Amino acid sequence: MGALRRALARIFSFIRKPPLDAELEAEIAAHIDLATQENIQRGLSPLEARRQALVRFGGVDLAKDQHREARGIMRLDIFFQDLRYTVRSLSRDRAFTVIAVLLLALGIGANIAVFSVVNNLLLRPLPFPNADRLVWIAPPPTKCGLSCATYSTDAYDEFRTYSRSYQDVTGYFAFSGPGNLDLNLGGAPIPATSIDVVANFFQVLGVQPAMGRLFRPEDANNGAAPVIVISDAWWRRQFNADPNIVGKAFDMNGQQITVIGVLPQTFDFGAVFSPGVKIDALTPLNLYGPPRDYGNIITMIGRLKPGVTLGQAVPDAASAATHMCWNNKQPASCGTYAQKNGEGGVVPVPLKDYISGKLRRSLVVLWSAVGGVLLIACVNLSNLLLARAAARTKEFGMRTALGASRFRIVRQLLTESLVLSGAGAICGLALAAALVAWLRHQQALALPLLSLLHIDGAALGWTVLIAVVAAGLFGLLPGLRMAAGNLQDSLKDSGAGSGQGRKHERLRSILVVTEVALACVLLVGAGLLLRSFIQVLDVDLGFQPQHAAAVNVDYDDSVPNDKDGSLSAARRSVIFQQVIGRISALPGVEAAGISDYLPLGQNRAWGLPFPKGINPPEHLHGSPLVYVITPGYLRAMGTGIHGRDISWDDGPRSQNVVLINRSFAKFLDQYAHWPNHDAVGQIIGRPGQDLHIVGVTDDVHEESSEGEAGWQIYYSAMQSGPNGAQLVVRTTLPPAVLAGTVLRTLRDINPKQAMAEFRPIQSLVDHANSPRQFFMLLAASFAGLGLLLAAIGIYGVISYSVTQRTQEIGIRMALGATMSIVRRSVLAKTLRLALIGIAAGAGVSLLVSRAIAALLFNTAPSDPITFAAMVLLIAAVALLAGYIPARRASRINPMVALRNN
Amino acid sequence: MGETKLDLLQGTLDLMVLQTLAAMGAQHGYGIARRIEQASKDEVLLNQGTIYASLVRLQQRGWIAASWGTSDNNRKAKFYSITRSGRKQLARDADHWQRLSDVMGRLFDLSEEGGR
Repeated sequence: MGALRRALARIFSFIRKPPLDAELEAEIAAHIDLATQENIQRGLSPLEARRQALVRFGGVDLAKDQHREARGIMRLDIFFQDLRYTVRSLSRDRAFTVIAVLLLALGIGANIAVFSVVNNLLLRPLPFPNADRLVWIAPPPTKCGLSCATYSTDAYDEFRTYSRSYQDVTGYFAFSGPGNLDLNLGGAPIPATSIDVVANFFQVLGVQPAMGRLFRPEDANNGAAPVIVISDAWWRRQFNADPNIVGKAFDMNGQQITVIGVLPQTFDFGAVFSPGVKIDALTPLNLYGPPRDYGNIITMIGRLKPGVTLGQAVPDAASAATHMCWNNKQPASCGTYAQKNGEGGVVPVPLKDYISGKLRRSLVVLWSAVGGVLLIACVNLSNLLLARAAARTKEFGMRTALGASRFRIVRQLLTESLVLSGAGAICGLALAAALVAWLRHQQALALPLLSLLHIDGAALGWTVLIAVVAAGLFGLLPGLRMAAGNLQDSLKDSGAGSGQGRKHERLRSILVVTEVALACVLLVGAGLLLRSFIQVLDVDLGFQPQHAAAVNVDYDDSVPNDKDGSLSAARRSVIFQQVIGRISALPGVEAAGISDYLPLGQNRAWGLPFPKGINPPEHLHGSPLVYVITPGYLRAMGTGIHGRDISWDDGPRSQNVVLINRSFAKFLDQYAHWPNHDAVGQIIGRPGQDLHIVGVTDDVHEESSEGEAGWQIYYSAMQSGPNGAQLVVRTTLPPAVLAGTVLRTLRDINPKQAMAEFRPIQSLVDHANSPRQFFMLLAASFAGLGLLLAAIGIYGVISYSVTQRTQEIGIRMALGATMSIVRRSVLAKTLRLALIGIAAGAGVSLLVSRAIAALLFNTAPSDPITFAAMVLLIAAVALLAGYIPARRASRINPMVALRNN
Repeated sequence: MGETKLDLLQGTLDLMVLQTLAAMGAQHGYGIARRIEQASKDEVLLNQGTIYASLVRLQQRGWIAASWGTSDNNRKAKFYSITRSGRKQLARDADHWQRLSDVMGRLFDLSEEGGR
């Protein structure tokens, strides 16, 4: 009770300090007066009476301080005093303040931005309720792309029945291409992208609609009224955020589809499951309709029951896998999922690991790099503060002489550091907010969860933390240094040439060496990443992305009562020939062709065809990715062919032809031992289906630039059913110039053609490379920032030492030293500092680069070219930073230098 | 300077002030200080100024109250008086102090006997 009362009283008196001070003043005056009067009555002269009264009182200021300490919050009082003093002294030294705050803003801002990314991808749970219960169920990665990461509808049903670990299992159709939904509002159809999801998709993830409702099981039944759920972004963009959209029906793909709900802003299908691809809408997947026999089409996502661990779920999935059939009508296909890769083909991993696990290492590296930048900024600032402190030695000496304790002075200096880092943090926060907002809108960047990126409470907390830590880091050293100074020395020390100055200089040199070393580590790391990126760009992708573009072609090849598909194949042939003929005739078009899938995008496999007459050995894994193409496609992509291309004559009535890529041919040749190892003219296939190899193509990187090229097989679009049509056009003109003409021509042929995007093939490559590019660019900019900071540090120290030695240099020049000798001596000093830093930095880099080896591509962690280039770069920048003060030193006028001081 | 004066033990000044106010009624700071000096026959080392820190401490705890008034010789001064809870506190502290001083006294007696 008493304690609380007293605490309140203290706070109260802290707030109303001035009136209390005035009252105390009056009280003390009364005290002195009373004492004086009494002394006068005792017979003393008035002057002596007052003197005695003051003596007995014993120090008015001391009493006031004691009084204040007893009644209020002394520490806060002092803090505010320090704060006022700091603001005054910083605003006097405006140039220093601006530079310091700028340095810190850059360092802290970069840290906040990277923290937000890290937080978004690694630290924060996925944006679903109890997201840690969600698992991604798939086999370990194999050669056959998405087809081997997905399951058939039969297998999905069996898994739901036989697994015990899950509250429920859901999934989505993995093979929807971009622009698969044509929205018809009158005029040209507008292309959008929708994904078919199992009806329980939202229940399993725990997503609630922002408006309307989400799917119910009956929405996916045969003959159910077609419904669609649209994304928040599409709702805003395409439907002007129409508040009454729920219940409205639109013509999509020639069908009236009713919008039943709008997804919340926090759920972005693309951001979670297909980074860098915009998904506008979701539709229910009819598990018992046509997709029943499509083969592997469903990705599986499960929600674990409460209390079930991943360790329990893994063996459970393996045992359920033995019941799963690729097709229940083919008993031979039962249990095949269990054997894939020998590791089991049904393995749950935390959904978060699936989504962001691959990025963990890159993010940690980035985080460390940005920490390094902040460290350099702190060292730099420490240096600046030391220089400032040196100039303020006398000030602090004076304060000490007037009774300030060392502690008090250190506290004052730390207050200054805190004010600086606080200001830096605020500016940094603004910087980071801008950076984060910009990043959030990089839709082409294939990073997951990007659209959810924002600065949250955790990031703010992180900001405060690093601001305080930074203040401690850069403020403590100069503070201690100042406080340890000898009072008499500092009052006498005029600065130049005396012991204190030299000691300062040594400390500052050590700091600069540290900075250079840190910058060196950053630069080497970034250099290695940059070299890796260049190596990635250099990879022969098996196609020529420049001067080619692709556009999604809408066509209708349906023919009623078409028993074996040959009628529609014939119709397709006519349509495609017309399209390719018209497009090829356009000026500037070199080649044109159609494929249903493009490399570095979606993919699928149709099993493993084997050389005719040879029985495949057991436990062969992987199968070639399938592309259904027209003549001219490979030429338009710039993929080389040995043998011949598909021709328009390879129709439904003639023998089935395929092209396979070199790697696949080599693989098959191991078993077939073809004459001259030449696959052209050979026959492969499955029982009952012969495929005549007419050509062998270059290896195409179909999943990423970095991975090994897998196996590909190309079928004729007139013999197999393509899943859509991507028209690829190779042109001598910039693709953008051609876009209008191509689209006009397509719409001329088919008025239902949507206003599809004309995508340069290069953008597919860029998209695939974008995460590496993103990390490389960030690392490079951090390294650049580090280098800049180190250069500022070097400049500061050399410049300061030149100023300090003005007199000495003046004497030397008076004794006959030439300008070039002076300049050389300053540069030599610079180089010495830089070289020590570089040597230390290079040593550390060797260790660090080994730690990031996994992020490198075709680049050795100790790549001599990178090391040499970076070392030269730092040395050059250091010399540049030293040259400016060196030039100043050489221009010193001996007369002036000697006369001053 | 003669004999060195007694340094005040931590916390004893507060008790002296309370006792002075309890015995003399309302009093200003100078009066309290003089009274303590007189009572101690100038044996304690008291900077009169320190009394004010003690006064504000006691006031914040609610043991004394203060108001401005006029002194005997017509000078405006701040007068302090002990409150009810102040008297209770004084009783407790005085008791504590008495017991402590008894213990100390017995201990010193003991040492003198043992010393012989």
